[in-house]
Amino acid sequence: MSFLEVKNIDVFYGDVQVIFDLSLEVMEGEVVSIIGGNGAGKSTLLKTISGLINPAKGEIVFEHAPIQTAPPEEIVERGIIQVPEGRRLFTLMSVKDNLIIGAYNSRAEKNVAETMEDVYSLLPKLKERESQLAMTLSGGEQQMVAVGRGLMARPKLLMLDEPSLGLAPILIKDIFRTVREIANQGTTVLLVEQDVKHSLSLSDRGYVLEHGRIAMEGPADKLLDDPHIKTAYLGL
Amino acid sequence: MEFFLESILNGICMGSIYGLTALGLTVIFGVLKVINFAHGSLIMVSMYVAYWAIIYTGVHPYVALIIVVPVMYFFGYYLQDIVIKPIFKAEKDVREPITVIIVTTGVWYILDNLTLLIFGPQYRGIQNNPLRGKMLDIGNMLISVPKLWGFVTAVITAAAVYWFLQKTRTGRAIRATSLDREAASLMGINQFKIYNIAFGIGTAIVGISAVTLVPFYNIFPSVGVLFDIKGFIIVVLGGLGSIGGAIIGGIIIGLIESIAPMFMTATWAEAIVYGLFLVVLFVKPSGLFGVKYDW
Repeated sequence: MSFLEVKNIDVFYGDVQVIFDLSLEVMEGEVVSIIGGNGAGKSTLLKTISGLINPAKGEIVFEHAPIQTAPPEEIVERGIIQVPEGRRLFTLMSVKDNLIIGAYNSRAEKNVAETMEDVYSLLPKLKERESQLAMTLSGGEQQMVAVGRGLMARPKLLMLDEPSLGLAPILIKDIFRTVREIANQGTTVLLVEQDVKHSLSLSDRGYVLEHGRIAMEGPADKLLDDPHIKTAYLGL
Repeated sequence: MEFFLESILNGICMGSIYGLTALGLTVIFGVLKVINFAHGSLIMVSMYVAYWAIIYTGVHPYVALIIVVPVMYFFGYYLQDIVIKPIFKAEKDVREPITVIIVTTGVWYILDNLTLLIFGPQYRGIQNNPLRGKMLDIGNMLISVPKLWGFVTAVITAAAVYWFLQKTRTGRAIRATSLDREAASLMGINQFKIYNIAFGIGTAIVGISAVTLVPFYNIFPSVGVLFDIKGFIIVVLGGLGSIGGAIIGGIIIGLIESIAPMFMTATWAEAIVYGLFLVVLFVKPSGLFGVKYDW
């Protein structure tokens, strides 16, 4: 039974249509990857689920409730949390304040101290840095803060938009290991990535997005073996 | 020498009141990224509210804060909610919404002329208040007592606002919204509600500054204009969105206004203020205490 279901949505940026009749679903406890090149509409899709953009057509259902017209703050209240592309930290605030802001919604707010303990044990580096301004951290550390901030919201569904963007290969490994760990602890994860190999190898299922349409879908290991994906995305 | 020191002290006191009027402007700008051209009018409205509160109740001017602060908070809150928010929503994707600035200009004209219509053009002052004309005698120096009260109020208000923004849940949400609206939305912060609150707080601070002014300042429908331009200069001088910068910037203006006339014609003091303003814009556009950061 699906946890999040996107049904036949069309999304426009101004006059330009970015997503065409797209449908996908995520089951509870799954890790699902959405892969695709630049401009395929991956970020737009996440923004639409988060409520930053409203779809022109179609339906988005989360835990049996339609959410396609709900404002972003209501979607956060329901438990869908997005870690945005490019980290988007509150740069002039301390790491700790960034994490506290993550727990702004009413479900998370009651357990801030407790959740912060969990986040610190998952990402111990953040504890060392907690009083530093977010802008003074390195790229990899900033990405960890962004993920930690997302976890502070106690997500039911965590959506990560290109967490590996702009990071050194060794840090990319770290970030994907962290994502896998989050999933192992029981959070459903929707991962949007250009790093096809890493993201598919930690996912249960995957969707391939091309020009705003789902081009392929299937179990992650099947996709990794697919000849089209091998040539188009893995360069093999 | 004592005369000089007296000018400095009075300049600091008056300047901190200027700073307090600018503090409201800087809080609103910091969050909404909109220069509020109705700012002077909000000072004027606050002064009328304070005036009538003091006249009708006969209390000490500063007791009127109990009335003025909440009245102005809700005035600002609903001004943003009813008048400005719809324009904001229409220009959702624009980073610095110009039409909002035009709307605040409209609010300025409406408030000023409405006041003129209702209360008439006459100057009003609270003659029989315990602060009016009081002077503190230190050695041979005379320090204006109402301005000294203003100084203390400005420092306390700035400290309180700083504490609120740093340590409270709403304060953090305001800072987050000011740094990145969209990311704040993704944290579950309702950005338009935060705008309302920030506008309310900014207007309440304006209310506090009006209370510090009414014991010694005349009240008339266009009084706000005098503080309007000063407010903008102070905010840019101190650094947009900087709380300490607003107070320090105000004090700098106050000092120039009180010291310069000792050496030249008083009208030249204004020229120095604007000259300094231009120099700061050339040398350090982010202002004396502003963070060099893309707002």
